Amino acid sequence: MATTQQIVDRCQELYDDLNFTAAREWKEGAPGRKVVGFMPLYVPCEIIHAAGMLPIGVLGGGDQLEVIQGDAYYQSYICRIPRSTIELGLTKRLDFVDGMLFPSICDVIRNLSGMWKLMFPDTYVRYFDVPQTYRDDVAGVFYIQEMKELREGLEELGGRKITDEQIRASIAVYNENRRLVRAVYALRAKVPWKVPSSEVYLVMRAGMLIPVEEHNKILADYIAAAEAQDRPMRDNCRVVISGAFCEQPPLNLIKSIELSGCYVVDDDFMLVNRWLTRDVPTEGDPLEALSHAFLHYSQSTSPKYEENVDEKGMHLVRSVEQNGAEGVIFAAPSFCDPALLDRPMLENMLDAHNIPYIGFKYAENSGQMQPIREQAGTFSDSIKLWSEQ
Amino acid sequence: MKCFIGIDLGSTTSKAVVMDENQDVLGRGITNSRSNYETATRVAKQEAVIDARFTLFRRMLKGNVEEFLVELERAFRLEQFVEQLAHLERTCMGNATGDRFQDIQAEVREALDVVFVRLREEAEVLFAPGAKRKSDFFRDLAGSRYISIAEDVAKQVGIGYDLLVNLYDRSIIEVENRPPDENLKEKFTRALERLIQQGGAGNMDPAEVEKPVREALEVELEETYVVGTGYGRVTLPFSKEHIRSEILCHGLGAHMMYPDTRTVLDIGGQDTKAIQVDPKGIVENFQMNDRCAAGCGRYLGYIADEMNVGLHELGPMAIKSDRPARINSTCTVFAGAELRDRLSLGEKREDILAGLHRAIMLRAMSIIARSGGITDQFTFTGGVAKNEAAVRELHKLVKENYGEVTININPDSIYTGALGAAEFARRAVVEGDAGVELEGAA
Amino acid sequence: MNATPTKPARPAKAPIEAVKDRSMLKQKAMIAGHYDRLTSAHEQGRKVVSTFVPGNLNELIMCFDLINNTPETNAIQSGMRKQSGGFITEAEKHGHSEDVCTYVKSDLGMMLKGNIAPNGKPYPNPDLLLLSYTGCFTFMKWFELLREQYKCETAMLHIPYQGDGKVTQNMRDYVVKQLKEQIIPTMERVSGVKFDIDRLREHLRNSAKAENDLVWVLQSAKNRPSPIDAYFGGIYYIGPIFTAFRGTSDAIEYYDLLRGEIAERVAAGKGPVTPEGDMGEEKYRLVVEGPPNYTHFRDFWKMFYDEGAVVVASTYTKVGGTYDFGFRHDADHPLETLADYCMGCYTNRNLPQRVEMIENYMSEYQADGLLINSIKSCNSFSAGQLLMLREVERRTGKPGAFIETDLVDPRYFSPANVKNRLESYFQMIDQKRKGAKTEAAA
Repeated sequence: MATTQQIVDRCQELYDDLNFTAAREWKEGAPGRKVVGFMPLYVPCEIIHAAGMLPIGVLGGGDQLEVIQGDAYYQSYICRIPRSTIELGLTKRLDFVDGMLFPSICDVIRNLSGMWKLMFPDTYVRYFDVPQTYRDDVAGVFYIQEMKELREGLEELGGRKITDEQIRASIAVYNENRRLVRAVYALRAKVPWKVPSSEVYLVMRAGMLIPVEEHNKILADYIAAAEAQDRPMRDNCRVVISGAFCEQPPLNLIKSIELSGCYVVDDDFMLVNRWLTRDVPTEGDPLEALSHAFLHYSQSTSPKYEENVDEKGMHLVRSVEQNGAEGVIFAAPSFCDPALLDRPMLENMLDAHNIPYIGFKYAENSGQMQPIREQAGTFSDSIKLWSEQ
Repeated sequence: MKCFIGIDLGSTTSKAVVMDENQDVLGRGITNSRSNYETATRVAKQEAVIDARFTLFRRMLKGNVEEFLVELERAFRLEQFVEQLAHLERTCMGNATGDRFQDIQAEVREALDVVFVRLREEAEVLFAPGAKRKSDFFRDLAGSRYISIAEDVAKQVGIGYDLLVNLYDRSIIEVENRPPDENLKEKFTRALERLIQQGGAGNMDPAEVEKPVREALEVELEETYVVGTGYGRVTLPFSKEHIRSEILCHGLGAHMMYPDTRTVLDIGGQDTKAIQVDPKGIVENFQMNDRCAAGCGRYLGYIADEMNVGLHELGPMAIKSDRPARINSTCTVFAGAELRDRLSLGEKREDILAGLHRAIMLRAMSIIARSGGITDQFTFTGGVAKNEAAVRELHKLVKENYGEVTININPDSIYTGALGAAEFARRAVVEGDAGVELEGAA
Repeated sequence: MNATPTKPARPAKAPIEAVKDRSMLKQKAMIAGHYDRLTSAHEQGRKVVSTFVPGNLNELIMCFDLINNTPETNAIQSGMRKQSGGFITEAEKHGHSEDVCTYVKSDLGMMLKGNIAPNGKPYPNPDLLLLSYTGCFTFMKWFELLREQYKCETAMLHIPYQGDGKVTQNMRDYVVKQLKEQIIPTMERVSGVKFDIDRLREHLRNSAKAENDLVWVLQSAKNRPSPIDAYFGGIYYIGPIFTAFRGTSDAIEYYDLLRGEIAERVAAGKGPVTPEGDMGEEKYRLVVEGPPNYTHFRDFWKMFYDEGAVVVASTYTKVGGTYDFGFRHDADHPLETLADYCMGCYTNRNLPQRVEMIENYMSEYQADGLLINSIKSCNSFSAGQLLMLREVERRTGKPGAFIETDLVDPRYFSPANVKNRLESYFQMIDQKRKGAKTEAAA
């Protein structure tokens, strides 16, 4: 059986590789293969998979990528992910990608879809507009048609039809992926000392870069290895991280939070792999199934409209309760409209439930970890002191 | 002779350039900026005119004239210095009135008298042949000596030292803001005579030099047209048609120095400009970062202060590193904290500095990219252009991103704006918009 | 003992009022009347709905006798009255981030400070928040925040983005269905008024009439000289059509008056009216992309007309609806037309469409160049503007300029920076023209 170290090392390799070698090799593995990149927050990967294509998550350039040309496209008061994504594009690191999907997460990414059309006219580019209303007979009709248009676009890109049967089969595989992801998260919440968040992060990032079948294996292996491993338990406080659903924090930031005395028992990094909170039915019309799942069984997050005012922020409260957390760390990228505008409302809900929290901003290339360690450390200490009273 | 003058009123220094009809630069002048822009303009202009005189001397004299000219300048500067000392003395005396000085006025005057006598004596030494001065600005030279001498004298005379310092502080600003005495011819003549008397004509025969110099002094330098420039917040003491934007002047100035330049980068004290110029030196595109001082000269100043070294030492230190630290932000506000943090983590000073220089140049590259990228030839101006570590990083980044590009760096790039302004002045007349006709123009 | 009655304090000498056109007077009265109605709504037994300018379904709102309140225009009022700065700092003190939209912070801050309307009376609590989610993500958060404060009913109308640069039947159907199944039933319930589609048709017919005249006015800028400024002046011209007046006879009257006045200016060959009277010679014709700054509106405008620069077309004047490419509200397809209206608002169009619109304006209105005013807190407009600038320059061959300010946060308007960049830009255009003339003459 592989050890956690071996599995994580492989994932780290994938994470560090800004040339996407694994995805390139997959593409070269057989003629006619296509790769479709997508940005946060959520796209129905099942449809891409059913087309026989590889979906890869394009999550910015991280802290190892110097942005030189990308800065020519954005003013200083806009977050870093679009500029590093453009940098990836302009430096030909994405030249093997045949299509790019830009979900409706915020105005910056929305406008980036238009920029991408102008800058890379040979790529299939689609803005993926998910509904912000939730009735099956209204939003569902719209969304199913949206997915149909995506399907047609991919059919044209791939040169072959995508059947309902193929989509149903893909749904089954992704159901399995989601189950395994949830299992990792559940394990971490149960025995966080055996499941460090910096490891979980890498394991999840790997899933953005390789075929889902391979990822399922990695997840299963990791669960087994982590359970088997003996690791010392620490007197850490348990926290939920919220706000990092798009521009990703540097790995050092996650490590710093752990080092300063916190176990992260839930987070919102890369929500795509557990966006749908239940298994999607594998019978009947697959697009209807995906639509129904999206409208009724999705994660709550800042870019998504919450219809019920009393529900606003409750997802955090429930996460804290279900995962045995003691506090919330709001970690948002600088200039992130969705996360920063949402925060006061989420904080109010936490206040109403007496859940302590702290907040700070980061950039995907933040180098200064000292302030993070201090804040998280102080938070951790204060929770422990407070809970002793 | 027709002259076209360009004046650039910057935030730290004010520059002037005098140019003749043939686009030859006759003279350049620089002075520290002051609160009265009128005066700053006149002083800078005067310095440039003085420099122009020397150019004329050079043209009129034959043989190995450099040694003589050095002596002549020295003598001339002495005349200037002595004259300004006299101003300062009169002003200090005049300011020694009022309540504070009621009972001790006589003593104060006595003290001032002594101070200035000693300053005049020292002046001769300060401007003696071969003497090195740490600055060319009156304030720097006179100030530190005054303070020093005043301490002694105050004790001797038995009055408060702070009184004398206070007098100086009030008076120096007045003196600096007073328009300069413009009778250069007299000063030159006195200097020439003094030099000849003292036998300081060097290797030249006094008889041979006197006549050409006097002839050169007779040439009238006509201010045919003046163009001023400077940052927007300055209310320039010129009428509208005599002002050109500093971006245009800078672009044209770079073109005058390097006619084949297409892209210009200027990293100043507080802002960074990227300018694209066409083959005639006219700006086609520009981008500025003037809302944030990160990566500008002032930022390096803070770093130098934090490390307790001189600004000019940063480059040589940084260049020693071959492992630049990865610095992700050049925020001036946090410069100190970032530096201390990294030092405490055990990173080497040289590596941090190298990383900082790289970060600064990365930022400049962004601004350049926004303005349209780098087109051969590329000219780099501003104080940071004198920093060898910054230049090294720039070469690397340019090569990586734009391939083989000629990079021009001129040690006199501080005059770029004034040079452009002078050329605008010339074009205004030659191309006929200025309402001034050149005699004999076609 | 009787105290001498004190005279009421006299206001400082009133500024000379420029002669106001009838349309201006009418508009002033309309706005005053609106704020009076709004602030006395509940006393009068009327209900209030808050909504957004992009996607403003005023014709529908009026069917339910609801009073239409637009927090964006309230924030603009605060900005122009120099109150927004204080509101924003108040909101930031209460935990709102420095990085987010200043309209939102001005609104929230205003609420924290008493929620007082321009007529001195408090705004009423809205009975309904009509979250017309059009062209801007921040709108969603704004109304979620208001919903939390007011605990009132909120109706989400999701307007799909024109990701592929076109409106599809699916998009249209989705909006129409939301209107039928969700929005209209909610408005009936809140207002107590049954929906009558014929009332809607009536309003839509009125809208179309006013839209015709508005478009005529906007296109009058094709004249040389342009009789209007389509950016600063334009803010006033789009007022009625973007807010609570579209579909009313007041709006028809306003635009009729305005058209008459502009027609007179065209006949007389006059340029645009400015706060200081008629503009002098038209020297520069510009297309402007991006919202204006409201805290320094007059000063900003002055920097243009002082130089003889007139804006002949702007994209901001399409943010609440695009009428100059043929769209009119269509009474024959009432719900579909509301959908199309929403989806056609400027910020709901994709970037390639925006570039094409600007390209079209540059040629149709014979512009000398494009100016982009990049707003710090508005990502919807700002993200991508640097690419738009370069793309338009490439396609039209005309120069572009880039300035950075904000909507209603006075801390982000630096007059010196803006003036510097504008002046450089105008001079650049001048020099290019001279160069072209010289070449032509040669």
